[in-house]
Amino acid sequence: MPETFEPKIVAFFCNWCTYLAADLAGTSRIKYAPNVRTVRVMCSGRVDPQFVLEAFANGADGVLIGGCHPGDCHYQEGNYKALRRYELLRRMLNQMGIEKERFRLEWISAAEGERVKAVVDDMVEKLRALGPRVPVRRREVA
Amino acid sequence: MKPKVAFYWCASCGGCEEAVVDLDEALLDVANAVEIVFWPVALDFKVKDLQAMPDGSILASFINGAVRNSDQREMVELLRAKSRVVVAFGVCAQLGGIPGLANLSDAKSIFAEVYRDGVLPQTLHHDNGHTLTLPELFDTVAALDAVIPVDYYLPGCPPTPNIIRDAVTALLGAELPPKGAVLAPDKALCEQCPRKDSRPEKLLLKEFKRPHQILPDLEKCLLAQGLVCLGPATRAGCEARCIRGNMPCTGCFGPTSRVRDFGAKALSAIASVAECTEESAVAEVMSSVPDPVGTFYRYSLPSSLLNKASLSHDRQGAGG
Repeated sequence: MPETFEPKIVAFFCNWCTYLAADLAGTSRIKYAPNVRTVRVMCSGRVDPQFVLEAFANGADGVLIGGCHPGDCHYQEGNYKALRRYELLRRMLNQMGIEKERFRLEWISAAEGERVKAVVDDMVEKLRALGPRVPVRRREVA
Repeated sequence: MKPKVAFYWCASCGGCEEAVVDLDEALLDVANAVEIVFWPVALDFKVKDLQAMPDGSILASFINGAVRNSDQREMVELLRAKSRVVVAFGVCAQLGGIPGLANLSDAKSIFAEVYRDGVLPQTLHHDNGHTLTLPELFDTVAALDAVIPVDYYLPGCPPTPNIIRDAVTALLGAELPPKGAVLAPDKALCEQCPRKDSRPEKLLLKEFKRPHQILPDLEKCLLAQGLVCLGPATRAGCEARCIRGNMPCTGCFGPTSRVRDFGAKALSAIASVAECTEESAVAEVMSSVPDPVGTFYRYSLPSSLLNKASLSHDRQGAGG
C-alpha cells in the first residue's frame, strides 16, 4: 500500500452550477485535491442511481454529486429529483456496507469556486481517514 | 424421437417446480411433445444417468434457483455440457432471487447465526474408516449466468403458466428466439395493469405505506394509494397477478432490457413519486420506505452492479 492512500472520487457536476464553479475554481487558480474525476452532466437530476453504483462497482472510493441550490435549478426541479434519489440511495448503500462519507450530494452555485475546493478537500480528507473500500469479491463462484 | 428436456433446481424454494405442475392439462401436451430425461423432484433419475448421456443430447435444460454451493455448481456444469439450450427458469436462476439476499452476508456469518456455538457443517469428515462429504457453501450467491452460459431467461417468482407455455412453444418451434432473450414482454408492468387508468398524471406522495397499514381500494392504482408498487420498473408478463390480489408488485419479473440494475431503477421510480417541495421534508418521506435493499433488490441482488455487500470483518482481514 502507498504511504498515503489517495482516494479516487467520481464527481457528477451539473452543467449550470457546480461544473461552472469548478471551472471558476480553475480560472481563479484555487487549488483543490486532484482526487476527483469530474463527469459533466446537464443536471444533477440526470444522475441515474446506476451511474453511482457503477462507479462504486468499478472501484471508486467515493461519489460526489454537485447541483444547483434548491430553487435555482436550470430545469426547475431537477436538483430535487437528485435529492429524492440521494436520500433513498444513501440508505441503500449503507446497507451494502458503503460508509456514508463515501457518497455525498452538495449544492454549489456557479459563483462558489471556493466551495468546490472546500467540499472536495474535505471529502478527500474523510476518505483518507476511512481508507480504501473493502474489496468486493465479485463473481467468485464462477 | 421426441426432444429430450431436463429440469433441475438449485437454491430455490420449490415454487418453480410447482409452476411446472400448475400448467394443468397443458402439462400433458408438454409431456407428449418431449421426453423428460431428468427431473429429481418428480422422476427417479440419478446423476449417473445424466453423466452417461452424450454431450448436447438434451434439447433444453430448465434450471431454477440460484447457485450457492459446490454441488449446485457441479450439477449445472454437467447439465450445460449435456444440453443444447439452457433456460434460467424463474427469477432466482435469472437474477439470484430471494436467496440472493444472503449476499448481504457471507458463509461464515450465516453459519455463526444458524449454528451458534454448535458443530459447523464440514465439507469432509472421517469417521470409523468412512469418508463423509458435504457440498461447500459459497460466500456469494450467484445467478445462473455467472456460473454457466445461459441461452434464455424465464422471469418470475415463479414464472406464470402463460409464459412457460409460450416459452416451451417457442423452443419447440422452427425458429428459436434470439440467444440471451428474456421470454416475456419487454415493457413495464404498469402498461398491463388493470388499474393503470386510475394512476394520476402527476403523483406526489407525502408518505409511503406498507400493505398491513391500510385497506387498499380494489380499483385504484396501488402506488397512488401510497404502497411501494414496483410496477413502473418491472417487466410485464405476469398479468398483474399480485395487483389483482390487491398487493403491490415486488418486482419478481426483473427489469426490462433497457435496464442494467433493477434495484437502482426501481429506487428511482419510487423516489420520483415522493413529494419534494421542501428540502427538509424529503428525508422524512423517504424514511417511510423500509429496508431499501430488501425492497428494491428483493429478487436481484446477485446480478446487481454491486452484487455483494462490503462486510466490516473483511476490512480487518484485508488489513485496510
